[in-house]
Amino acid sequence: MTFNSKDAAAGALFILLGIGFGLNTYLTLDLGTNIKMGPGYFPLVLSGALVLLGAGILFHAIHVPDEAWGAVPWRGMFFILLGPIVFGATIQGLGLVPALALIAFIASFASYRVSPLMAIALTIGLTVFCVAIFSYGLGSPIRLFGPWMQAVGLGN
Amino acid sequence: MDLIQNLGIGLGTALQPGNLFYCFLGTLLGTLIGVLPGLGPTATIAMLLPITYSLEPVSSLIMLAGIYYGAQYGGSTTAVLINLPGESSSAVTTIDGYQMARQGRAGPALATAAIGSFVAGTVATFIIAAAAPPLTTIALKFGSPEYFSLMVLALITSVALAHGSILKALAMIVIGLLLGLVGTDIYTGTPRMTLGYLELADGINFVAVAVGIFGVAEILRNLENERDREVAVTNVTGLMPTREDLKAMAAPIVRGTLLGSALGILPGGGAVLASFAAYTMEKKLSKTPERFGKGAIEGVAGPESANNAAAQTSFIPMLTLGIPANPVMALMIGAFIIQGIVPGPNVAAERPELFWGIIASMWVGNLMLVILNLPLVGLWVRVLRVPYYLMFPAIMAFSAIGVYSINTNIFDMYSVAVFGAIGYLFYKLGCEPAPLLLGFILGPMLEEHLRRAMIISRGDPTIFVDRPISLALLLLSAAALIIVFLPSVAKKREQVFVEED
Repeated sequence: MTFNSKDAAAGALFILLGIGFGLNTYLTLDLGTNIKMGPGYFPLVLSGALVLLGAGILFHAIHVPDEAWGAVPWRGMFFILLGPIVFGATIQGLGLVPALALIAFIASFASYRVSPLMAIALTIGLTVFCVAIFSYGLGSPIRLFGPWMQAVGLGN
Repeated sequence: MDLIQNLGIGLGTALQPGNLFYCFLGTLLGTLIGVLPGLGPTATIAMLLPITYSLEPVSSLIMLAGIYYGAQYGGSTTAVLINLPGESSSAVTTIDGYQMARQGRAGPALATAAIGSFVAGTVATFIIAAAAPPLTTIALKFGSPEYFSLMVLALITSVALAHGSILKALAMIVIGLLLGLVGTDIYTGTPRMTLGYLELADGINFVAVAVGIFGVAEILRNLENERDREVAVTNVTGLMPTREDLKAMAAPIVRGTLLGSALGILPGGGAVLASFAAYTMEKKLSKTPERFGKGAIEGVAGPESANNAAAQTSFIPMLTLGIPANPVMALMIGAFIIQGIVPGPNVAAERPELFWGIIASMWVGNLMLVILNLPLVGLWVRVLRVPYYLMFPAIMAFSAIGVYSINTNIFDMYSVAVFGAIGYLFYKLGCEPAPLLLGFILGPMLEEHLRRAMIISRGDPTIFVDRPISLALLLLSAAALIIVFLPSVAKKREQVFVEED
């Protein structure tokens, strides 16, 4: 049987999401009545619609020629998605300067073409630039150095 | 005349030195991100939204608007010079614009794009000024049922006018609506779909979603095949189009402007659709369609006028009704709210200097863009050579500080990563992200008006068809949905976008 794997996967994902949202709503929220709709009414309607649409997409995938999924940049994905997580985990403890340097440095490694030396140069340049614009130019209240930096004599 | 008087008020605001500066900054940034592929206006405006806290409302909105229509100009430069659209709305310009460049006519091609965009921008400014007051008057009569039906229409047409599978786009809207409802229910205070995370009590941060889906996911897409960018034309000379060029571009510019203005007003339309439709139209109307694809000047003039006109007229539903036509307008609504202004029909009456100032600034901005893009084209050629691998660390750093500044909430940073991954997954599954974002912003409004309407009608859903304006809007939605599913239209719909591939 031929089917389009992208469409089939999309349809299946929508069905699963619809069931997930629907169950969560049905089990935890009051549906209310037509006159006084509860917090669960509209989400449950939408979840049902999502399941139906997912089923429709899945059905349409049958007899449609398959298409290539293309390359997935695993290395890039790892470093790009790691960046904001590290930034979030360190911004309050380390402060703006180290957190910015970290995200710029980590993101640099997403490409095969950036050598460690280039990454360091890029990190320094970007950090200086961002701090100049946001902290000095726009007066952002975010601390430059956080409490974790006291050990090295920075922050407060 | 009211129109002239109103534009006078607007120009008075737009020409203040501070506002001129922000207008210039916006158009400059817009051109820059238009030239740089991989960074679009949606992600840029999302990143810069927090900066606008510290600005005057009118200055910040003038700047953000400038970024959007400025990107349409910048995108055409990339399209002509390196055969890559800087913006998706310039994708069709690559077809004939790049061919012109290869024939040594890069200068006239760029000039055509700039002249067309300027004419379109000027006309669109007047269209907005003329259309806004009557629409505002109608909108003031709207109650909850009308608003609900209007949003349904907006969502449906955004699907009909997007490209790709209609079912997938509808599903993306529904997911957007559901994600938009995450957080505390305003009527009962119950936390909804938060999965126990206290941080989600205020809902998912809209800017984090926009940056994740349009910024981060776009980087991942670009990393799929890293390649060097070849700048075919390093030295642009002879910008002046010849007399024949001017003659050939005049009619396409007029047609593109009108078509673009009309398509821009429709929800979900905007610049991308307008440029594709204008190209198809020019090719159909041409006596020598075989010249298209080989450097026909009409193939540059039409789409470039259309995308700029549409970018501007897409402000109309946002300014008059408070309803976003596309993700960029949704972010503009966010910018209004940051400034403590509720976008909608009252803005024109209560803050005329703001309302007309934004509109007048568009014309001023278009004038600046001509200067920025024609004499300074050499500068942009140099920007084109910035390798992409130097750009994404910068995009990530800006996104991080931008998103974090909004609420200084570290949870928002995790949202950026999650929505970056989700956005990329949806891209892999062939699902367009714009409907999701539109659903996300409209979700809470849609539900609130639905619940209010049902309370007014004591639970009787016929209220939506008993009120004439609401009925008309729903009939239009139904018609739009039926039309796009008709086999003959479905085929045509594919053809409009086929030039892209």
